[in-house]
Amino acid sequence: MADKPNDVQIIIKNLWKVYGKDPKRVFQKGLQDKTKEEIQNETGCVVGMRDINLEIRKGEFYILMGLSGSGKSTLIRALIRLIKSTKGSITINGDDITRMNADQLMKFRRKTFGMVFQHYGLLPHLTVLDNAAYGLKVRGVSKEVRYAKAREVLETVGLKGWEDYYPTNLSGGMQQRVGLARALANDPEILLMDEPFSGLDPLIRRQMQDELVELQSKLQKTIIFVTHDLHEALKLGDQIAIMRNGEVVQVGTPEDIVTQPADDYVQEFVQDASPAKVLTAGSIMSEVPVITYVWEGPKTALTLMRREKKKIGYVVDQKQRFLGVITAKELERLLSGEERFKTIPTSSIEVVDTVTEDVLIEDLFSIAPKNPYPIPVVDEKNKLLGRITNDHIFESISNNEGGSDV
Amino acid sequence: MFKFPEIVEIPLAQGIDKIMDWLLVYLDGFFDFIGMIILKVVMAFENLFLFLPWFVIILLVGLAGWKLIRSLKTGILFMILMLIIGTFGYWELSMRTLALVISSVVFALLIGLPMGIQMARSDRTERILKPILDGMQTMPSFVYLIPALMFFGMGKVPAMFATIIYAVPPVIRLTNVGIRTVDVEAVEAAKAFGATPRQILFDVQLPLAKPSIMVGINQTTMMALAMVVIGSMIGAKGLGMEVLLAISRIEVGRGFEAGISIVFLAIIIDRITHSFSESREKDSK
Ligand SMILES: Nc1ncnc2c1ncn2[C@@H]1O[C@H](COP(=O)(O)OP(=O)(O)OP(=O)(O)O)[C@@H](O)[C@H]1O
Ligand SMILES: [Mg+2]
Repeated sequence: MADKPNDVQIIIKNLWKVYGKDPKRVFQKGLQDKTKEEIQNETGCVVGMRDINLEIRKGEFYILMGLSGSGKSTLIRALIRLIKSTKGSITINGDDITRMNADQLMKFRRKTFGMVFQHYGLLPHLTVLDNAAYGLKVRGVSKEVRYAKAREVLETVGLKGWEDYYPTNLSGGMQQRVGLARALANDPEILLMDEPFSGLDPLIRRQMQDELVELQSKLQKTIIFVTHDLHEALKLGDQIAIMRNGEVVQVGTPEDIVTQPADDYVQEFVQDASPAKVLTAGSIMSEVPVITYVWEGPKTALTLMRREKKKIGYVVDQKQRFLGVITAKELERLLSGEERFKTIPTSSIEVVDTVTEDVLIEDLFSIAPKNPYPIPVVDEKNKLLGRITNDHIFESISNNEGGSDV
Repeated sequence: MFKFPEIVEIPLAQGIDKIMDWLLVYLDGFFDFIGMIILKVVMAFENLFLFLPWFVIILLVGLAGWKLIRSLKTGILFMILMLIIGTFGYWELSMRTLALVISSVVFALLIGLPMGIQMARSDRTERILKPILDGMQTMPSFVYLIPALMFFGMGKVPAMFATIIYAVPPVIRLTNVGIRTVDVEAVEAAKAFGATPRQILFDVQLPLAKPSIMVGINQTTMMALAMVVIGSMIGAKGLGMEVLLAISRIEVGRGFEAGISIVFLAIIIDRITHSFSESREKDSK
């Protein structure tokens, strides 16, 4: 996304993983161009990843998505070398993790990674506090310091007061919060999450997703997140890599993936994804036809409005901040009255709901009917950027190429 | 009837005898050293148990039953069983038997736990050890007495040596199984945080394998008790010897009393070691 720094943090080049005995055979025999089935029939080896090339930027929320067995776990585990890749390189912050010796690897893991597991991977004989502090304990951090830090992260994930309980006393969602706290306590640069929410109830799951989004907006970590749930991917991801049979078939933003699927496999994946869930207000808005400056006289404003053949103007102040809407009718009333106005009186400005650029179209559905006028789009400083008409909304969801200006 | 031809006989028995001869000549000093250590440990336990007054021991056993198994009734039952052994006149012999069992178990654990850990860490070690352990567990227990006799002569030490060898397989096996069945994700989590193999072992694998390891310790202890009784055949003083004497003199009553005492000891030891394997409920505030 636009506001993210552009430096690439993880570079994956020609990465292969072949499971089985003596996997290098596959390359020696020159079988690398055969299909997964052919290789399996000839050598008994299973291709887990095939020639993967990816670049992941610092601070990016990167999703790995694909059907079961497509190699998502293999890839994310290869990044931290829980699985040793067969061929290729993984360069993280300039170091190739596939070439490290055991000692270097241990140190690298300590300072770089935090990982969250599908089934939490907590230690049942330790309290929540000790679990959250475990990564720090491994690093040899003193008890006081690590407990202080663990308490802090437990509070961040909403588990204050649960420090002295054991994991078995907690619900699944809460256990995963402990898993997340444990990963965050190390303050890792890169957070790896392998289907962290897939074991949770839909409601808890959505809640955890929301909280993760909020957390990430504060932390700005690099997150690699595995899921096979499209909606989760679209909601969380800055970038999505779609995998099939150990290969990456498409990489793109949620919008790219939904609006321009690379092939039938991806198409099938995204077919039930409504563009309303990925397209944002910013991508479908158009320019505001009539901007009325609050210091203008009613007459000027009305003239401009008539010239554009519009019935309303969007009122802004000196700093382009949006104040509200004024109608042609109201201006006519002002002009016909006794009183003479030098500028537009505040009482004539109609306050309406606004949205920010990143609001999903899905969420416009509830706002649009309440608004008698096209919805104004503003930035976080309330500066007017554009507006969205009902036509915009309908067109964006009925047309996959959607979002062009209207 | 066809007689099996004698020409094709494989001289395994002779081979083993030869190896034994060789061991006896060249490793004599080594066995002396081992024997000395074994003897020191068992004497320490024996002296302790015979030094403590009987009522103190009965109280301790009762307390163990009450606190470890968490049932006052069990504690009282244990005390009654111990009292009955005393009334049979077997207090001293049962203390000697207990000392033999406990010290054998100590040695069996010192050998078995590290071997079990090693076996869990390496598939190769597991492949090699597994058939050996299977063989050891089906081998008739008496067979262990022979090499023990040859290395150490008669007495406590050979009996314990045989006991240790006989009783060690379960703890090796269950330590291995326990560690291998630890939740993969818990181990991976530790790895992902950069834990060393040692940290993984002590922070994750051993604590999570504890219930299984404790079952192994329980089985090892019970096997040790059984073997110590048999060990009386080569001169280890204890309850087993009473049974043996009763058999040779055909004194049914005496044999029965000694037998009952062994059973009582077995019940107490079993229940106490079993209580370790039941994972304590974690109290939460
Ligand atoms: N230890 C292993 N030995 C042999 N083959 C394996 C092993 N682990 C994974 N595979 C194979 O590698 C391929 C990729 O598996 P992987 O676990 O990475 O898939 P996944 O995308 O994570 O699937 P899921 O959504 O089910 O978790 C599959 O064909 C799988 O059968
Ligand atoms: Mg997986």
